[in-house]
Amino acid sequence: MEQEGISWKIGGEAGYGIMTTGYIFAKTCSRAGLHVFGHTEYPSLIRGGHNTYQVTAMVSEVFSHVKHVDLLVALNEETIDLHIEELALRGGIIHDEDNTVLSNEKKNRDDIRLYSIPLRQLAEESGGRRIMTNSVAIGASAALVGLNFEMLSNVIGDVYHGKAKEVVEGNIKAAQRGYSYMRKQGMGKEFGPRIPKTLRKRRMLLTGNHAVGLGAIKAGCKFYSAYPMTPASSILHFMASQERRFNLVVKHAEDEIASINMAIGASFAGVRAMTATSGGGFSLMSEGLGLAAMTETPLVIVVSQRPGPSTGLPTRTEQGDLRFVLNASQGDFPRFVIAPGDVVDCFYRTIEAFNLSEKYQCPAILLLDKYLSESHKTTEQFEVSKIVIDRGLMIDDETLEEDKEFKRYKITATGISPRTIPSQKKGRFTATGNEHDETGYVSEDKAIRTKMMNKRYRKFRHARKEIPEPTLLGPKNAEVTMIGWGSTKGPIREAMRLLKREGIDANLLQIVYLSPFPKNSVARILETAERVVVIENNKTAQLARLIMEETGIEVKEKMLKYDGRQFFPIDICRYVKEASRIG
Amino acid sequence: MVDLADLTTIEQPNWCPGCGNFPIWHALKSAIIELGIDPFNVTIFSGIGCSSKMPHWINTYGFHTIHGRPLPVATGARLANTDLTVVAVGGDGDGYGIGIGHFIHAMRRNLNITYLVTNNQVYGLTTGQTSPTSDRGFSSKSTPTGVIEVPINPIALAIASNATYISRGFSKELNHLTQLIVDGIRHEGFALIDVLQPCVTFNRKNTYKWFSERIYKLEDTNHDITSKQAAFQKSLEWNNHIPIGIFYEETRPTYENELPQIAETPLAKQEIQDIDITSVMAEFF
Repeated sequence: MEQEGISWKIGGEAGYGIMTTGYIFAKTCSRAGLHVFGHTEYPSLIRGGHNTYQVTAMVSEVFSHVKHVDLLVALNEETIDLHIEELALRGGIIHDEDNTVLSNEKKNRDDIRLYSIPLRQLAEESGGRRIMTNSVAIGASAALVGLNFEMLSNVIGDVYHGKAKEVVEGNIKAAQRGYSYMRKQGMGKEFGPRIPKTLRKRRMLLTGNHAVGLGAIKAGCKFYSAYPMTPASSILHFMASQERRFNLVVKHAEDEIASINMAIGASFAGVRAMTATSGGGFSLMSEGLGLAAMTETPLVIVVSQRPGPSTGLPTRTEQGDLRFVLNASQGDFPRFVIAPGDVVDCFYRTIEAFNLSEKYQCPAILLLDKYLSESHKTTEQFEVSKIVIDRGLMIDDETLEEDKEFKRYKITATGISPRTIPSQKKGRFTATGNEHDETGYVSEDKAIRTKMMNKRYRKFRHARKEIPEPTLLGPKNAEVTMIGWGSTKGPIREAMRLLKREGIDANLLQIVYLSPFPKNSVARILETAERVVVIENNKTAQLARLIMEETGIEVKEKMLKYDGRQFFPIDICRYVKEASRIG
Repeated sequence: MVDLADLTTIEQPNWCPGCGNFPIWHALKSAIIELGIDPFNVTIFSGIGCSSKMPHWINTYGFHTIHGRPLPVATGARLANTDLTVVAVGGDGDGYGIGIGHFIHAMRRNLNITYLVTNNQVYGLTTGQTSPTSDRGFSSKSTPTGVIEVPINPIALAIASNATYISRGFSKELNHLTQLIVDGIRHEGFALIDVLQPCVTFNRKNTYKWFSERIYKLEDTNHDITSKQAAFQKSLEWNNHIPIGIFYEETRPTYENELPQIAETPLAKQEIQDIDITSVMAEFF
C-alpha cells in the first residue's frame, strides 16, 4: 500500500448480504475519519451469482475504486479464484475452511496471508443464522485493520435500524464474535495496512443517486414519477422514503411512458417534477421528451446508463447513451444535457438542472451511469446556504393585463415566454404537441413555424452565456490532457495522482455540460494542449465525435473500454505512460 | 357565474360538418356551466385524434398531448394540484388502443379525473382505419377484408378494472350526455364516459341512424347501478339493443385522498424557496 489506508473487498454468493456488509464496512471507515469509495458489482439476479463490494479507504481523498485489494473477505471459494490475483503483495484473505478448499499451492504462497476463521460456526454459536456469516467477517476485518469495535457496532445498529431486534442484535453479536476471535487468536499482527486512530473528521457517505435525490428535494422537486430500472431505481427508493418528510408525491407509474408524461403534467400544473430511468426506459420516454420540448414545459430527466443495446448488461456500467440522449425524439429542439462526474456534482448539478429547465422552459437531462449512481463516496456536507431557486418567467395575475388570448408562446427577444399555470385567473391557454402560434393554437403556417423554431432555439443562445465553462483539473500546463465526461472523472483523477508519482504531469478536461456544448472553451484548451487523450467507457468514442462535430477538432488518441466495467486508475496510468513511450 | 361566453374561444372547431364531436363539445361546456366551476380551475387534457383537438376550443386551461397519453399527463396535473377539475378527452384509438395500459391503471388508481372517450369505432384523423372498437368484420383501408379480432368492450373492461363511475352516452342525446358529464365530474373518483360518436366521414356502418334504432336508456329500466353483476350483464349488450346511461357507480376513497402530504396544501401551492435538508443529510454521516 503506497498510501495510508486500505483496499478491502468482500465477495460471495448473491443473497448473502454482500452489499449491506460492504456498506457497513465503508461507513465504519468513514466514521473513523477516512475518505472512502465503495464500489459494488453484481449480476442481474437475486439469489446465486457472484457479488462483490470493494471499499477503498484512505487518509487522503479517494476518487474511485482501485485494482488491487489488501484484504479479501471470501465468503465462498469462487471469490478466492476470481480475486486472488488482485491481492497486493502480502495482502490477506479471510475465509472459512468449511466452505473453501484451498490448494496447497495457494496455501503455500508467501506473498499472501491466509486468515482461516470458522465464520459459519461463529455465526451459529453467536445465536445467529448462517446468513450472519458476513457480520462475523466484518468483525474479523475490523480487528485486523484496527477499526474500533464500538464504532462498527454503532454502524451495524444504524444500518439495520428499523429491522427486528433479533436482526440488529444478532448481527452485532456475530461481528463481536469475529472481532474477538481475531484478537484472541492473536492473528494478523503481521498484517500491514492499518487504519490510523487519530482521524476525527466526519463526512457524508452517499451514492450519486442519493446526491441526485437530495439535490432534487433541495431544488423543490415535489413530484417524482418513475418505473423501476437498474441503475436508476435507488432514486425512486430514496424519493419514496422522503415522501412524507418533505411532502412530495412519488408515483411508481405503470411504465416509463406514464412516468415521463405524469411528470410533464405535474410540471404543467406548476410543480417542479422529475423522472429517472436507464437507456431502455428512456427509449420509451423519447416521445414525451419531445412533448415537453414542444410545449415548453420544464422537466428534469435522469438517465443512468448501463450497457446496451437492449437489455444489455443490466447491472454493469457504460457510457453508451451520450449520442442517444443528445438526439432522442423526433425533430430539432434544444435540451440541456448535464453529466455530473461525482457525488458533489450530482447534488449541485441537479439543482442547476431544475433552475435551467424552468428558466429556459426546456427539458434538462442529467446523465449518470451505474458506476456513479451506485458507488458510495465520502464528501463534505453540501453547502446549501448559497443555493438559489430560480423559477424563471412565471407571471402572476396582477402583471397580466389581459386574459383573453393570453400569449403563452409569445415571441420574445430571449425566446422565453411568460408562463402561467392552471388555476391562475388570467392566462388560460392550451398547450399542444403540434406546432402552434403564440396563443397555443395549432398552426401549420410556414412563417409561424419558422418563428417558433427560432424562438425555441434562441433560448439556448442565452443559456450558453450562463453555462459554466469546462475546467481543467490539475496543472494548467501538462504533458498530457485527458478528456472525459461523467463517472470516469474518479478513475482519471486517481490516475493523475499515479502519473504524478511517475513524474508525468497530467490534467483533466472534464466536460459536464454536453448540451449546449461549450465549444469555444473546449477548442481553446485542445488547441493549446500538448497531448490529448479522450477516455470513454464506450465503444465508439461518443464524446470525441461530439467534439469533432462541435469544434472541428479530431482527438486522435482514444482510450476506450466497453466490457461493462469502469476503468481502473492503474490502467489509465499505464496507457498514458506506454503511449508516451511509443509516441 | 360562468357562462357560455366565458368558455368560447376565438378559434372554432374544424371537425367535419355533422361530426359527432360537436354535441360532445357542447355537452362538456354545458356541464361546466351547470356545475358553475370557474373555467380557470378546469384543465382539459387530450391525446391525438379528431376529438383530441377539443381543448383548443373551450376556454379553460388545456393540454393537447400525444397519442394515447392524456391520462398520465392528467394524472400528474391532478396530483400536482387537487384544486383543479381535471377532464381528459380522447378517441377510442387513443384510449382503447395505444393508451389502453394507462386507461386500466387510471381506473384502478381512482384519481378524481373525468375521462370522456369519443368512441366512433374508427381512426378518423388518419383517414378511416379500423379501431379497437370496430365491429368484427368491419372493412377499412387497414383491414380491406374485414377485422378478424373482436372489439374491446370498454364498459366490461372498466368494470373489471374497478372504475368507480362507468357510463355511456350518445352524441345525439345532448341533454342526457350533459347530465352524464355533470355526474362524472361530481363523482369523487375516476369517471369513464364512453360516448358513441358517429363518424360521418369514415364509418358508414355505425351511423346516427344505426345507433338511434338500437339505443335505450338504462334509467328507463330497473337497472341497479350498485351491482357489478348487473352492470356486467348490461355491458354485454350490443348489436340489437345498446344501453346508454350509468352502468355502475360506487364510492371508494380516491388516490389523492390517501396522500396526507397533500391533504392541507396541494403540491403546486407549497413553498419551495427554502427547503431544509439538514436532517436527511445527517443520516448519511
